[in-house]
Amino acid sequence: MPWMFPTVIKNLFSRPATRRYPFFDTREPFPDARGRLYFDTSKCDLCQDCARVCPSDAISVDTKGQEIHYDPFKCIYCATCVQTCLQKAISMDNHYMLPAYQKSEETYKVQAARA
Amino acid sequence: MARTVVPFGPQHPVLPEPVQLKLECEDERVVGVLPVIGYVHRGIEKAAELNGFRQNVFLCERVCGICSFMHALCYCQAIEKMMGVEVPPRARFLRVVWAELSRIHSHLLWLGLLADSFGFESLFMQIWRAREIIMDLSEMTSGHRIIQSTCIVGGVRRDIDSEMAKKVETDLYRLKEMMDATILQVILNDPTIKRRTVDKGVLSKEQAYSLGAVGPTLRGSGVALDIRMTGYAAFKEIGFEPVVETAGDSYARTLVRVRETYQSLKLVLTALSMMPKGEIEVRVDGWPKGEAISRTEQPRGELIYYAKGNGTNNLERLKIRTPTFANIPTLLVMLPGCELADVPVITLSIDPCFSCTER
Repeated sequence: MPWMFPTVIKNLFSRPATRRYPFFDTREPFPDARGRLYFDTSKCDLCQDCARVCPSDAISVDTKGQEIHYDPFKCIYCATCVQTCLQKAISMDNHYMLPAYQKSEETYKVQAARA
Repeated sequence: MARTVVPFGPQHPVLPEPVQLKLECEDERVVGVLPVIGYVHRGIEKAAELNGFRQNVFLCERVCGICSFMHALCYCQAIEKMMGVEVPPRARFLRVVWAELSRIHSHLLWLGLLADSFGFESLFMQIWRAREIIMDLSEMTSGHRIIQSTCIVGGVRRDIDSEMAKKVETDLYRLKEMMDATILQVILNDPTIKRRTVDKGVLSKEQAYSLGAVGPTLRGSGVALDIRMTGYAAFKEIGFEPVVETAGDSYARTLVRVRETYQSLKLVLTALSMMPKGEIEVRVDGWPKGEAISRTEQPRGELIYYAKGNGTNNLERLKIRTPTFANIPTLLVMLPGCELADVPVITLSIDPCFSCTER
Protein backbone atom coordinates (compact mmCIF):
# COMPACT_ATOMS: atom_id res chain seq x y z
CA MET A 1 0.00 0.00 0.00
CA PRO A 2 2.65 2.61 -0.84
CA TRP A 3 0.06 5.21 -1.93
CA MET A 4 -1.57 5.23 1.47
CA PHE A 5 1.65 5.33 3.56
CA PRO A 6 2.22 9.13 3.70
CA THR A 7 -1.37 9.71 4.84
CA VAL A 8 -1.25 6.92 7.40
CA ILE A 9 2.01 8.22 8.90
CA LYS A 10 0.72 11.80 8.90
CA ASN A 11 -2.44 10.67 10.67
CA LEU A 12 -0.41 8.88 13.33
CA PHE A 13 1.12 12.16 14.51
CA SER A 14 -1.74 14.58 13.90
CA ARG A 15 -4.80 15.48 15.92
CA PRO A 16 -7.81 13.20 15.47
CA ALA A 17 -10.24 14.24 12.71
CA THR A 18 -13.24 13.36 14.84
CA ARG A 19 -14.48 15.10 17.99
CA ARG A 20 -14.37 13.07 21.19
CA TYR A 21 -18.05 13.63 21.77
CA PRO A 22 -18.97 12.88 25.39
CA PHE A 23 -15.83 14.63 26.68
CA PHE A 24 -15.90 17.62 24.33
CA ASP A 25 -18.79 19.56 22.90
CA THR A 26 -19.94 19.09 19.34
CA ARG A 27 -19.46 21.92 16.87
CA GLU A 28 -22.02 24.71 16.81
CA PRO A 29 -24.72 23.98 14.20
CA PHE A 30 -24.98 26.30 11.19
CA PRO A 31 -27.28 29.31 11.74
CA ASP A 32 -29.87 28.01 9.26
CA ALA A 33 -29.93 24.42 10.52
CA ARG A 34 -33.36 23.09 11.39
CA GLY A 35 -33.67 22.14 15.04
CA ARG A 36 -36.16 22.31 17.89
CA LEU A 37 -39.56 23.93 17.52
CA TYR A 38 -40.92 26.56 19.90
CA PHE A 39 -44.52 27.75 20.09
CA ASP A 40 -45.28 31.31 21.10
CA THR A 41 -48.63 30.88 22.84
CA SER A 42 -49.33 34.60 23.02
CA LYS A 43 -49.44 34.86 19.21
CA CYS A 44 -51.37 31.70 18.37
CA ASP A 45 -54.97 32.14 17.17
CA LEU A 46 -55.80 28.39 17.09
CA CYS A 47 -56.32 28.36 13.31
CA GLN A 48 -54.93 24.77 13.04
CA ASP A 49 -52.93 25.50 9.88
CA CYS A 50 -49.84 23.92 11.43
CA ALA A 51 -51.70 20.71 12.22
CA ARG A 52 -53.13 20.60 8.68
CA VAL A 53 -49.79 20.92 6.85
CA CYS A 54 -47.70 18.72 9.15
CA PRO A 55 -46.53 15.69 7.10
CA SER A 56 -46.09 13.49 10.16
CA ASP A 57 -49.12 14.48 12.28
CA ALA A 58 -46.87 15.73 15.04
CA ILE A 59 -49.01 18.74 15.90
CA SER A 60 -52.63 18.73 16.95
CA VAL A 61 -54.62 21.73 18.11
CA ASP A 62 -57.42 21.46 20.63
CA THR A 63 -59.60 24.52 19.96
CA LYS A 64 -62.01 23.88 22.83
CA GLY A 65 -59.39 23.33 25.47
CA GLN A 66 -57.19 25.99 23.79
CA GLU A 67 -54.14 23.77 23.72
CA ILE A 68 -51.45 22.81 21.23
CA HIS A 69 -50.12 19.27 21.47
CA TYR A 70 -46.73 18.75 19.90
CA ASP A 71 -44.89 15.45 19.73
CA PRO A 72 -41.17 16.12 19.12
CA PHE A 73 -40.56 12.41 18.49
CA LYS A 74 -43.00 12.31 15.57
CA CYS A 75 -41.70 15.60 14.18
CA ILE A 76 -39.42 15.36 11.13
CA TYR A 77 -38.17 18.96 11.49
CA CYS A 78 -39.16 19.99 7.97
CA ALA A 79 -40.19 23.49 9.10
CA THR A 80 -43.35 23.52 6.97
CA CYS A 81 -45.38 24.71 9.99
CA VAL A 82 -42.92 27.56 10.60
CA GLN A 83 -43.40 28.74 7.01
CA THR A 84 -47.17 28.26 7.10
CA CYS A 85 -48.02 30.02 10.38
CA LEU A 86 -49.54 33.40 9.53
CA GLN A 87 -49.23 34.64 13.11
CA LYS A 88 -45.49 33.77 13.24
CA ALA A 89 -46.21 31.86 16.43
CA ILE A 90 -43.85 28.97 15.65
CA SER A 91 -40.11 29.46 15.61
CA MET A 92 -37.23 27.12 15.01
CA ASP A 93 -33.91 26.92 16.79
CA ASN A 94 -30.74 25.66 15.10
CA HIS A 95 -29.95 23.17 17.88
CA TYR A 96 -31.25 19.67 17.36
CA MET A 97 -33.24 17.86 20.00
CA LEU A 98 -31.24 15.77 22.44
CA PRO A 99 -32.05 12.10 22.97
CA ALA A 100 -34.37 11.17 25.83
CA TYR A 101 -35.21 8.07 27.86
CA GLN A 102 -38.93 8.41 27.34
CA LYS A 103 -41.02 9.69 24.48
CA SER A 104 -43.18 12.53 25.65
CA GLU A 105 -45.59 15.04 24.18
CA GLU A 106 -45.39 18.76 24.82
CA THR A 107 -48.56 20.66 25.62
CA TYR A 108 -48.86 24.42 25.23
CA LYS A 109 -51.76 26.33 26.77
CA VAL A 110 -52.74 29.14 24.41
CA GLN A 111 -53.14 32.48 26.20
CA ALA A 112 -55.93 34.87 25.23
CA ALA A 113 -56.81 33.18 21.98
CA ARG A 114 -58.17 35.56 19.39
CA ALA A 115 -60.00 32.87 17.49
CA MET B 1 -19.68 -32.63 -7.06
CA ALA B 2 -22.16 -32.07 -4.23
CA ARG B 3 -23.73 -28.66 -4.11
CA THR B 4 -24.21 -26.64 -0.93
CA VAL B 5 -26.53 -23.68 -0.46
CA VAL B 6 -24.85 -20.90 1.52
CA PRO B 7 -27.11 -18.06 2.67
CA PHE B 8 -25.61 -14.57 2.35
CA GLY B 9 -27.58 -12.19 4.54
CA PRO B 10 -30.13 -10.79 5.36
CA GLN B 11 -27.78 -9.75 8.14
CA HIS B 12 -24.21 -9.60 6.89
CA PRO B 13 -21.28 -7.54 8.19
CA VAL B 14 -20.31 -6.32 4.71
CA LEU B 15 -23.72 -5.38 3.40
CA PRO B 16 -25.86 -3.29 5.74
CA GLU B 17 -28.80 -3.79 3.39
CA PRO B 18 -31.27 -6.55 4.25
CA VAL B 19 -31.13 -8.89 1.25
CA GLN B 20 -30.63 -12.61 1.24
CA LEU B 21 -28.68 -14.24 -1.55
CA LYS B 22 -29.04 -18.00 -1.59
CA LEU B 23 -25.71 -19.02 -3.08
CA GLU B 24 -25.48 -22.47 -4.60
CA CYS B 25 -21.85 -23.48 -4.29
CA GLU B 26 -19.57 -26.20 -5.59
CA ASP B 27 -16.61 -26.07 -3.21
CA GLU B 28 -15.64 -22.39 -3.13
CA ARG B 29 -17.22 -21.57 -6.48
CA VAL B 30 -20.69 -20.07 -6.81
CA VAL B 31 -22.77 -21.79 -9.49
CA GLY B 32 -26.22 -20.39 -8.84
CA VAL B 33 -27.81 -17.53 -6.96
CA LEU B 34 -31.33 -16.69 -5.84
CA PRO B 35 -31.95 -13.22 -4.39
CA VAL B 36 -34.68 -12.98 -1.75
CA ILE B 37 -36.05 -9.54 -0.95
CA GLY B 38 -38.92 -8.31 1.21
CA TYR B 39 -37.35 -7.66 4.60
CA VAL B 40 -37.93 -3.90 4.86
CA HIS B 41 -41.20 -3.19 3.12
CA ARG B 42 -42.63 0.02 4.61
CA GLY B 43 -45.77 0.62 2.54
CA ILE B 44 -44.70 4.05 1.32
CA GLU B 45 -46.75 3.86 -1.90
CA LYS B 46 -49.92 3.25 0.11
CA ALA B 47 -49.03 5.98 2.61
CA ALA B 48 -48.63 8.36 -0.34
CA GLU B 49 -52.28 7.79 -1.23
CA LEU B 50 -53.36 8.75 2.30
CA ASN B 51 -51.22 11.89 2.65
CA GLY B 52 -51.86 15.17 0.89
CA PHE B 53 -49.86 15.70 -2.32
CA ARG B 54 -47.73 18.46 -0.78
CA GLN B 55 -46.93 16.36 2.30
CA ASN B 56 -45.87 13.50 0.03
CA VAL B 57 -42.67 15.36 -0.84
CA PHE B 58 -41.37 14.67 2.66
CA LEU B 59 -42.58 11.08 2.55
CA CYS B 60 -40.89 10.43 -0.81
CA GLU B 61 -37.64 11.89 0.52
CA ARG B 62 -37.66 9.14 3.10
CA VAL B 63 -37.77 6.35 0.53
CA CYS B 64 -33.99 6.51 0.50
CA GLY B 65 -31.69 7.89 3.15
CA ILE B 66 -28.86 8.64 0.76
CA CYS B 67 -30.39 10.07 -2.40
CA SER B 68 -33.38 11.70 -0.71
CA PHE B 69 -33.18 14.89 -2.73
CA MET B 70 -33.56 13.05 -6.06
CA HIS B 71 -36.71 11.33 -4.80
CA ALA B 72 -38.26 14.69 -3.84
CA LEU B 73 -37.13 16.15 -7.17
CA CYS B 74 -38.61 13.29 -9.17
CA TYR B 75 -41.91 13.46 -7.29
CA CYS B 76 -42.14 17.24 -7.64
CA GLN B 77 -41.41 17.01 -11.37
CA ALA B 78 -44.23 14.49 -11.80
CA ILE B 79 -46.74 16.68 -9.95
CA GLU B 80 -45.56 19.83 -11.74
CA LYS B 81 -45.96 18.08 -15.10
CA MET B 82 -49.48 17.00 -14.13
CA MET B 83 -50.49 20.49 -12.99
CA GLY B 84 -48.66 22.38 -15.75
CA VAL B 85 -46.45 24.35 -13.34
CA GLU B 86 -43.47 26.20 -14.79
CA VAL B 87 -40.60 26.17 -12.26
CA PRO B 88 -38.53 29.39 -12.15
CA PRO B 89 -35.01 29.07 -13.65
CA ARG B 90 -33.21 29.85 -10.39
CA ALA B 91 -35.08 27.04 -8.64
CA ARG B 92 -34.05 24.62 -11.40
CA PHE B 93 -30.38 25.54 -10.93
CA LEU B 94 -30.66 25.22 -7.15
CA ARG B 95 -32.17 21.78 -7.64
CA VAL B 96 -29.12 20.77 -9.69
CA VAL B 97 -26.79 22.01 -6.94
CA TRP B 98 -28.47 19.93 -4.22
CA ALA B 99 -28.93 16.90 -6.46
CA GLU B 100 -25.25 16.86 -7.41
CA LEU B 101 -24.13 17.44 -3.82
CA SER B 102 -26.10 14.36 -2.79
CA ARG B 103 -24.59 12.43 -5.69
CA ILE B 104 -21.07 13.25 -4.48
CA HIS B 105 -22.05 12.24 -0.96
CA SER B 106 -23.60 8.97 -2.16
CA HIS B 107 -20.66 8.02 -4.36
CA LEU B 108 -18.14 8.79 -1.59
CA LEU B 109 -20.20 6.75 0.86
CA TRP B 110 -20.21 3.85 -1.58
CA LEU B 111 -16.47 4.10 -2.28
CA GLY B 112 -15.84 3.97 1.45
CA LEU B 113 -18.07 0.92 1.83
CA LEU B 114 -16.29 -0.79 -1.06
CA ALA B 115 -12.91 -0.19 0.60
CA ASP B 116 -14.40 -1.50 3.84
CA SER B 117 -15.75 -4.61 2.08
CA PHE B 118 -12.26 -5.85 1.29
CA GLY B 119 -10.79 -4.67 4.55
CA PHE B 120 -9.03 -1.49 3.38
CA GLU B 121 -9.94 0.42 6.53
CA SER B 122 -7.59 3.37 6.15
CA LEU B 123 -8.99 4.21 2.70
CA PHE B 124 -12.52 3.84 4.06
CA MET B 125 -11.80 6.38 6.78
CA GLN B 126 -10.10 8.82 4.40
CA ILE B 127 -13.08 8.74 2.04
CA TRP B 128 -15.62 9.24 4.80
CA ARG B 129 -13.52 12.07 6.17
CA ALA B 130 -13.76 13.76 2.76
CA ARG B 131 -17.49 13.07 2.66
CA GLU B 132 -17.96 15.04 5.87
CA ILE B 133 -17.23 18.24 3.88
CA ILE B 134 -20.30 17.57 1.74
CA MET B 135 -22.41 16.80 4.82
CA ASP B 136 -21.46 20.16 6.31
CA LEU B 137 -22.26 21.95 3.05
CA SER B 138 -25.62 20.23 2.99
CA GLU B 139 -26.39 21.35 6.54
CA MET B 140 -25.27 24.88 5.79
CA THR B 141 -27.32 25.30 2.60
CA SER B 142 -30.43 23.27 3.37
CA GLY B 143 -30.63 22.90 7.15
CA HIS B 144 -30.17 19.15 7.42
CA ARG B 145 -27.20 16.94 6.75
CA ILE B 146 -28.92 14.24 4.72
CA ILE B 147 -32.63 14.75 4.19
CA GLN B 148 -32.51 18.24 2.73
CA SER B 149 -36.28 18.88 2.46
CA THR B 150 -35.66 21.86 0.20
CA CYS B 151 -37.55 20.73 -2.89
CA ILE B 152 -41.28 21.41 -2.97
CA VAL B 153 -43.94 21.42 -5.66
CA GLY B 154 -43.37 24.67 -7.54
CA GLY B 155 -39.71 25.29 -6.77
CA VAL B 156 -37.39 25.16 -3.78
CA ARG B 157 -37.73 26.47 -0.23
CA ARG B 158 -34.29 27.89 0.35
CA ASP B 159 -31.93 30.11 -1.55
CA ILE B 160 -28.15 29.96 -1.73
CA ASP B 161 -26.78 33.50 -1.41
CA SER B 162 -23.42 34.64 -2.75
CA GLU B 163 -21.69 34.23 0.61
CA MET B 164 -22.84 30.62 0.88
CA ALA B 165 -21.95 29.98 -2.77
CA LYS B 166 -18.40 31.16 -2.07
CA LYS B 167 -18.13 28.81 0.91
CA VAL B 168 -19.49 25.92 -1.19
CA GLU B 169 -16.88 26.69 -3.84
CA THR B 170 -13.90 26.80 -1.46
CA ASP B 171 -15.05 23.63 0.33
CA LEU B 172 -15.51 21.76 -2.94
CA TYR B 173 -11.95 22.70 -3.97
CA ARG B 174 -10.78 21.42 -0.58
CA LEU B 175 -12.61 18.14 -1.26
CA LYS B 176 -11.05 17.94 -4.72
CA GLU B 177 -7.59 18.38 -3.21
CA MET B 178 -8.23 15.57 -0.73
CA MET B 179 -9.50 13.35 -3.54
CA ASP B 180 -6.51 14.15 -5.79
CA ALA B 181 -3.90 13.70 -3.06
CA THR B 182 -4.82 10.27 -1.72
CA ILE B 183 -8.16 8.75 -2.68
CA LEU B 184 -7.76 8.92 -6.47
CA GLN B 185 -4.11 7.79 -6.34
CA VAL B 186 -4.95 4.78 -4.20
CA ILE B 187 -7.93 3.71 -6.33
CA LEU B 188 -5.99 4.08 -9.58
CA ASN B 189 -2.75 2.43 -8.46
CA ASP B 190 -3.20 0.20 -5.46
CA PRO B 191 -2.67 -3.49 -6.27
CA THR B 192 -4.95 -4.75 -3.46
CA ILE B 193 -7.95 -2.91 -4.89
CA LYS B 194 -7.20 -4.15 -8.38
CA ARG B 195 -6.79 -7.74 -7.25
CA ARG B 196 -10.22 -7.70 -5.63
CA THR B 197 -12.11 -5.89 -8.39
CA VAL B 198 -10.49 -6.32 -11.83
CA ASP B 199 -12.22 -9.06 -13.86
CA LYS B 200 -14.65 -9.78 -11.01
CA GLY B 201 -18.33 -9.77 -11.88
CA VAL B 202 -17.98 -9.06 -15.59
CA LEU B 203 -21.13 -7.82 -17.31
CA SER B 204 -20.95 -7.42 -21.08
CA LYS B 205 -22.49 -4.49 -22.93
CA GLU B 206 -25.23 -6.66 -24.49
CA GLN B 207 -26.06 -8.36 -21.17
CA ALA B 208 -26.23 -5.04 -19.33
CA TYR B 209 -28.55 -3.58 -21.95
CA SER B 210 -30.83 -6.61 -22.31
CA LEU B 211 -31.15 -7.12 -18.52
CA GLY B 212 -32.26 -3.51 -18.20
CA ALA B 213 -29.41 -2.38 -15.96
CA VAL B 214 -29.28 1.31 -15.09
CA GLY B 215 -26.82 3.86 -13.79
CA PRO B 216 -23.12 3.14 -13.16
CA THR B 217 -23.77 -0.59 -13.64
CA LEU B 218 -24.88 0.10 -17.22
CA ARG B 219 -22.29 2.80 -17.91
CA GLY B 220 -19.50 0.61 -16.52
CA SER B 221 -20.34 -1.85 -19.30
CA GLY B 222 -19.97 0.76 -22.03
CA VAL B 223 -23.53 1.96 -22.65
CA ALA B 224 -23.74 5.76 -22.62
CA LEU B 225 -27.15 6.22 -21.03
CA ASP B 226 -27.87 8.74 -18.32
CA ILE B 227 -31.21 10.41 -17.66
CA ARG B 228 -29.43 13.71 -17.11
CA MET B 229 -28.92 13.67 -20.91
CA THR B 230 -32.67 14.39 -21.25
CA GLY B 231 -31.98 17.78 -19.68
CA TYR B 232 -34.35 17.80 -16.72
CA ALA B 233 -34.00 20.58 -14.10
CA ALA B 234 -31.20 22.78 -15.47
CA PHE B 235 -29.06 20.11 -17.14
CA LYS B 236 -30.07 21.42 -20.58
CA GLU B 237 -28.50 24.82 -19.90
CA ILE B 238 -25.48 23.43 -18.06
CA GLY B 239 -24.76 20.69 -20.61
CA PHE B 240 -24.01 17.10 -19.75
CA GLU B 241 -21.87 14.24 -21.05
CA PRO B 242 -22.22 10.79 -19.42
CA VAL B 243 -19.20 9.01 -17.94
CA VAL B 244 -18.58 5.66 -19.62
CA GLU B 245 -16.14 2.80 -18.94
CA THR B 246 -16.01 -0.24 -21.17
CA ALA B 247 -14.49 -3.09 -19.15
CA GLY B 248 -17.75 -4.09 -17.42
CA ASP B 249 -16.11 -5.48 -14.26
CA SER B 250 -16.33 -4.25 -10.66
CA TYR B 251 -13.29 -2.02 -11.19
CA ALA B 252 -14.95 -0.29 -14.16
CA ARG B 253 -18.03 0.44 -12.06
CA THR B 254 -15.77 1.86 -9.34
CA LEU B 255 -14.04 4.09 -11.88
CA VAL B 256 -17.38 5.31 -13.24
CA ARG B 257 -18.34 6.43 -9.74
CA VAL B 258 -14.98 8.08 -9.07
CA ARG B 259 -15.17 9.99 -12.36
CA GLU B 260 -18.80 10.92 -11.71
CA THR B 261 -17.76 12.41 -8.35
CA TYR B 262 -15.36 14.73 -10.19
CA GLN B 263 -18.01 15.45 -12.81
CA SER B 264 -20.56 16.34 -10.11
CA LEU B 265 -18.04 18.68 -8.47
CA LYS B 266 -17.74 20.46 -11.79
CA LEU B 267 -21.53 20.49 -12.30
CA VAL B 268 -22.13 22.11 -8.88
CA LEU B 269 -19.52 24.78 -9.59
CA THR B 270 -20.98 25.43 -13.06
CA ALA B 271 -24.53 25.60 -11.70
CA LEU B 272 -23.44 28.09 -9.02
CA SER B 273 -21.62 30.29 -11.54
CA MET B 274 -24.47 30.22 -14.10
CA MET B 275 -27.22 30.72 -11.50
CA PRO B 276 -29.76 33.25 -12.81
CA LYS B 277 -31.39 35.76 -10.49
CA GLY B 278 -35.08 35.76 -9.69
CA GLU B 279 -37.81 33.86 -7.92
CA ILE B 280 -37.18 30.45 -6.35
CA GLU B 281 -40.78 29.35 -6.00
CA VAL B 282 -44.10 29.78 -7.77
CA ARG B 283 -47.46 29.56 -6.09
CA VAL B 284 -49.26 26.34 -6.91
CA ASP B 285 -53.04 26.46 -6.70
CA GLY B 286 -55.51 23.65 -7.13
CA TRP B 287 -55.09 19.91 -7.02
CA PRO B 288 -53.40 17.46 -9.37
CA LYS B 289 -55.55 15.75 -11.96
CA GLY B 290 -54.43 13.29 -14.62
CA GLU B 291 -51.32 11.15 -14.88
CA ALA B 292 -47.62 11.89 -15.20
CA ILE B 293 -44.32 10.03 -15.38
CA SER B 294 -41.08 11.61 -14.29
CA ARG B 295 -37.51 10.33 -14.51
CA THR B 296 -34.34 11.48 -12.78
CA GLU B 297 -30.84 10.08 -12.51
CA GLN B 298 -30.07 8.88 -9.02
CA PRO B 299 -26.53 7.98 -7.92
CA ARG B 300 -27.57 4.36 -8.54
CA GLY B 301 -29.33 4.93 -11.85
CA GLU B 302 -32.64 5.83 -13.35
CA LEU B 303 -35.51 6.60 -10.97
CA ILE B 304 -39.09 6.57 -12.25
CA TYR B 305 -42.15 8.06 -10.56
CA TYR B 306 -45.65 7.53 -11.88
CA ALA B 307 -48.39 9.60 -10.29
CA LYS B 308 -52.13 9.67 -10.89
CA GLY B 309 -54.32 12.38 -9.45
CA ASN B 310 -58.10 12.67 -9.40
CA GLY B 311 -58.55 16.36 -8.66
CA THR B 312 -58.46 16.00 -4.88
CA ASN B 313 -55.75 16.68 -2.33
CA ASN B 314 -54.80 12.98 -2.29
CA LEU B 315 -53.20 11.08 -5.13
CA GLU B 316 -54.98 8.06 -6.49
CA ARG B 317 -51.76 6.15 -7.13
CA LEU B 318 -48.04 6.70 -6.77
CA LYS B 319 -45.65 4.14 -8.23
CA ILE B 320 -41.93 4.30 -7.57
CA ARG B 321 -39.40 2.28 -9.59
CA THR B 322 -36.02 2.55 -7.94
CA PRO B 323 -32.73 1.78 -9.73
CA THR B 324 -31.68 -1.16 -7.56
CA PHE B 325 -34.81 -3.03 -8.64
CA ALA B 326 -33.55 -2.81 -12.23
CA ASN B 327 -30.03 -3.82 -11.21
CA ILE B 328 -30.86 -6.99 -9.23
CA PRO B 329 -31.11 -9.20 -12.38
CA THR B 330 -27.50 -8.37 -13.28
CA LEU B 331 -26.40 -10.18 -10.09
CA LEU B 332 -27.74 -13.42 -11.59
CA VAL B 333 -25.24 -13.03 -14.44
CA MET B 334 -22.32 -11.63 -12.46
CA LEU B 335 -22.28 -13.94 -9.46
CA PRO B 336 -22.29 -17.48 -11.00
CA GLY B 337 -18.69 -18.54 -11.60
CA CYS B 338 -17.11 -16.31 -8.98
CA GLU B 339 -15.34 -17.31 -5.77
CA LEU B 340 -17.40 -17.23 -2.58
CA ALA B 341 -15.05 -14.58 -1.17
CA ASP B 342 -15.80 -12.23 -4.08
CA VAL B 343 -19.56 -12.25 -3.53
CA PRO B 344 -19.62 -9.20 -1.18
CA VAL B 345 -17.54 -7.05 -3.54
CA ILE B 346 -19.57 -7.99 -6.63
CA THR B 347 -22.88 -7.49 -4.82
CA LEU B 348 -21.66 -4.13 -3.57
CA SER B 349 -20.53 -3.12 -7.07
CA ILE B 350 -24.12 -2.50 -8.19
CA ASP B 351 -24.48 -0.16 -5.17
CA PRO B 352 -27.57 -1.95 -3.88
CA CYS B 353 -30.18 -0.06 -1.88
CA PHE B 354 -32.83 -2.59 -0.92
CA SER B 355 -34.68 -0.27 1.44
CA CYS B 356 -35.38 1.88 -1.65
CA THR B 357 -36.35 -1.13 -3.71
CA GLU B 358 -38.97 -2.34 -1.26
CA ARG B 359 -40.24 1.15 -0.43
